[in-house]
Amino acid sequence: MWILNMAWRDSRGSRRRLALFILSMVLGVAALVAIRSFGESLSRAVDEQAKALLGADLSLESNLPFSAHTEALIDSLGGEQSRRTSFTSMAYFPASGGTRLATVRAIEGAYPYYGEVETDPASAADTYLTGPNALVDGSLMETYGAEVGDSVRIGARAYRIAGRLLKTPREATAVMLFSPRVYIPLEHLDQDLLATGSRAEYEVYFKFPEGTDVDRVVESIQPHIDEFRLGIDTVDEMKSNWNEGLTNLYRFLNLIGFVALLLGGLGVAGSIHVYIKKRIATVALLRCLGARSGGTLWVYIIQTFTMGLAGAILGVGIGVGLQGLLPAVLRDVIPVEVPFIVSTEAVLWGLGVGVGATVLFALFPLVSLRKVSPLRVLRSDVAQEGRPRLDVFQVLIGLLLVAAVVGFGVLQSPTPLYGLAYAGGILAVFGLLALTAAAITFLARRFTPSFWPYPWRQGLANLYRPRNQTRLLMLSLGFGTFIVVVLLLVQQTLLSQILLADDAGRPNLVFFDIQPDQLEGMRSVVDSSGAPVLDEVPIVTMRLSRVKDLSVDAIRADSTIPLTWAHTREYRSSFRNYLTPSEEVVAGAFIPTMPDSARAAPVSLEKDLAAELNVSLGDTLVFNVQGRLIETVVASLRQVDWRQMSTNFFVIFPEGVLETAPTTYVLLTHAPSDSASAALQAAAVQAYPNVSAIDLALVLAVVDSFFGRIAFVIRFMALFSIITAIIVLIGAVTVSRSQRAEESVLLKTLGASRSVVFRITFIEYLLLGVMAALTGLILAYFAAWALAYFVFDTVFIPDLSLMATALLVVVAGTLAVGLLSSRGIYSRPALEVLRAAG
Amino acid sequence: MTTPQKAVLEAEELTRIYRSGSRMLTVLREVSFTIAEGETVSIVGPSGSGKTTLLGLCAGLDAPSSGRVRLAGEDLSRLTENQLADIRNRNVGFVFQTFQLIPTLTALENVMVPAELRGDRKARDRATELLGRVGLGDRTEHYPTQLSGGEQQRVALARAFINRPRILFADEPTGNLDAETGATIEQLLFELNETSGTTLVIVTHDFELAGRTGRIIRLRGGEIVSDQPTSDEPSRAWITS
Repeated sequence: MWILNMAWRDSRGSRRRLALFILSMVLGVAALVAIRSFGESLSRAVDEQAKALLGADLSLESNLPFSAHTEALIDSLGGEQSRRTSFTSMAYFPASGGTRLATVRAIEGAYPYYGEVETDPASAADTYLTGPNALVDGSLMETYGAEVGDSVRIGARAYRIAGRLLKTPREATAVMLFSPRVYIPLEHLDQDLLATGSRAEYEVYFKFPEGTDVDRVVESIQPHIDEFRLGIDTVDEMKSNWNEGLTNLYRFLNLIGFVALLLGGLGVAGSIHVYIKKRIATVALLRCLGARSGGTLWVYIIQTFTMGLAGAILGVGIGVGLQGLLPAVLRDVIPVEVPFIVSTEAVLWGLGVGVGATVLFALFPLVSLRKVSPLRVLRSDVAQEGRPRLDVFQVLIGLLLVAAVVGFGVLQSPTPLYGLAYAGGILAVFGLLALTAAAITFLARRFTPSFWPYPWRQGLANLYRPRNQTRLLMLSLGFGTFIVVVLLLVQQTLLSQILLADDAGRPNLVFFDIQPDQLEGMRSVVDSSGAPVLDEVPIVTMRLSRVKDLSVDAIRADSTIPLTWAHTREYRSSFRNYLTPSEEVVAGAFIPTMPDSARAAPVSLEKDLAAELNVSLGDTLVFNVQGRLIETVVASLRQVDWRQMSTNFFVIFPEGVLETAPTTYVLLTHAPSDSASAALQAAAVQAYPNVSAIDLALVLAVVDSFFGRIAFVIRFMALFSIITAIIVLIGAVTVSRSQRAEESVLLKTLGASRSVVFRITFIEYLLLGVMAALTGLILAYFAAWALAYFVFDTVFIPDLSLMATALLVVVAGTLAVGLLSSRGIYSRPALEVLRAAG
Repeated sequence: MTTPQKAVLEAEELTRIYRSGSRMLTVLREVSFTIAEGETVSIVGPSGSGKTTLLGLCAGLDAPSSGRVRLAGEDLSRLTENQLADIRNRNVGFVFQTFQLIPTLTALENVMVPAELRGDRKARDRATELLGRVGLGDRTEHYPTQLSGGEQQRVALARAFINRPRILFADEPTGNLDAETGATIEQLLFELNETSGTTLVIVTHDFELAGRTGRIIRLRGGEIVSDQPTSDEPSRAWITS
């Protein structure tokens, strides 16, 4: 009881300050609660709307038109059925002359059975199938200024745009960025677009009568599915796929949010450290009057617990509010409508984490109160005798904190290794920042240049004076800088990879699906636009039939041999007698032409593919080239730089093997400008509607936009860390206000002008800001390099102007917050301050 | 002077050595004395003679480098920090030169602290009564900063007596006060002491104050140079020595 009373009474006059300490926890808690509550709502939404994710009870799909056997099977399954054929093709808007590669979905039947296609106007979704109409992705229409009622051409046919496509089952908006959708009726499809060599996906969707056991249906047709290599999707499968993806997203956001909590925790530890320094006299007196050491410690634990609880409640409140924002932030990457449900579990969890983290971080400095000697009431200069011993409790709390970070990392990461890397990374960055802070205070103390003007020396001295907060501010500002700059640097690096490709002389526009009889014509279309034909590449589609001695069917049947995408995919291979700049032979020798004597064609394999197939030099592969079996032998392995805008292949044949096989061509060119590129694409599509084009500007725009959206989500989460760092800074300045006020009054009494006092503070925050930002930037530089090199497998291209901007922003921000929080200190009358100090 | 009865405080060969950097500093050297229940004693000596160190050791705030202290029958060297705290709470009252009030507590709450620590349910009543006795009945809800130095020391006096301690240690109780206020505090101290029968140990420079106690122990250079009843004190030259 005494402890509770004392905790309450002792907090008088400091409650506002304590509240500020606790504010630093609020956003971390808010972020975690918002994400958790949202995550639960999301997973409930996925469960409830699972059928809408697929739009049907079952779907079958194939890369080839369904065979007669399969058609018979589809017939036998009954239920309601819809067909959908999807392929990529150029969408041409005659009104503006614009053209762009799109995913065309040709539909027949009432699909989707569950969920709906949202269009503007809403009625278009129901009416477009009645004639040659199309639903076109909203952003695509915007790009080319198309309106409802205009026409769009797909292949040789024109369609009236019946509506803007807003949302469709199975497709997240972010995916549509890569290839915008155009929905047309299957019966009005230009069948020429499905010519040999074009890739298409044939799907049939089923809706079974209520009560049908879909699993049993799947079981009954499984042998046929295997035999004809059909793809199959059920609602449960969709659900588990989405749940997996969303869990990863949820965990990723959690990991970023956790950083804010950690920063807040540091803020708490730093503030409590300063707070209890002012309480030592009280603690000594209480001990002298007979309070036990545990009792006095509990007084302060209860204070921090109460404040932690208040902070956690506030954090939970804000988190619940933020949860309402998350669907908007994540709108483009989630496939379902997320209802606003406040999860009790998330609320309790937030309270627990908030209070737990506050107390744990506060305990770190608090436990030192146990050691306050009651003798201090007689002599305030009681010094620790001998060397200060390591406090076992502090070590234990430190270990507990590390364990908490590692545990959180491991729990929230897809694999324990990533979790350890995350925790290790965070701890390493914190450790390095703390080390730098220690080095700075040490060096500042040792080597303050004596020729510096007084305010500079004094400002520098403030970094190591007793009760300095250099370490706390280095940690919070440095880490805040670090996390944001890493994200930006990685984004810039990935983007500049693509920009690099925009050299003159290198292709920036690719036409594909050119039929052999169209090649000559396409050449002249390109020629007449003034652009060079940089390359013409033949493409032959094929499948693997046999790997070494085993047929793919045998591998499929044998569960002991791993069957991978490399065994089952459709290969688009080429033949030529030379290597391109984007590839390099790493084993064997590239054989340009088919030797007369050879039985098997010597092919060159991409090295990762070879690893996937578990083949090496000299092994044989048999390909089924549209019905004809061709035996090959692995003659060389190539390393391919897939990022370059050129035609790269998994398998390259020598000349003299595939020339008679059904071939399509890819033509590469370089358009001097965006408008020239657009004009050339329009001309090509008008001449040959089946030919598709993709240009570098488009790839760039798509990647940029995709990164932009993902980066927005990440930055949204990183924002919590930034604001927390600012709160910690404000807290740190506020905590040391009275000390600063005394110092400034003393300096003024001794003859310093107000501007000198101001300059000292200015220089202190300038130095702090510069050093925190520089350390954060240097760490970010290496982290971004490591991410680029190890994770994205690319060359790190540091954006120095970005780093310079970050430096300026952090320094200016630190100065602004530091000086604003200190305002008023310098104008206080000396007497008031000195009296308060006594 | 009251007739000595049972010993409440026994110091046996107390030595206290501090480490100051690499130097060892002997602040007290083999100091021994016994103080009986109800006695009033002054410990006097020049600055640096070890008075405050001795007070700290006797009150169990510090541990001697060698020697022993028995307080209220307990050998302090055998006790843990928390047991020492309990002993102080039950048996010892303190008055300090700098008052040592907790700034965030009202006068009443400051007085209540020792009683609350021992779980006394009547803490508030007793504290109110004591504040009345020291003349602060109308200032119970004031905070230390709202009180004058003399008033603060009166609050400290009330606090010192709230647990009816067997022994009261006063460290320069009038050192921070002007003469007039000091005299009032002195008066109150002895009054309260007399009515409660507490043993009183005062560390002071003030010879008049020391002269009001029954016995004076003189320290110099960490050693007792004299220990005799006030009536036998030959002169007051020690003040300047």
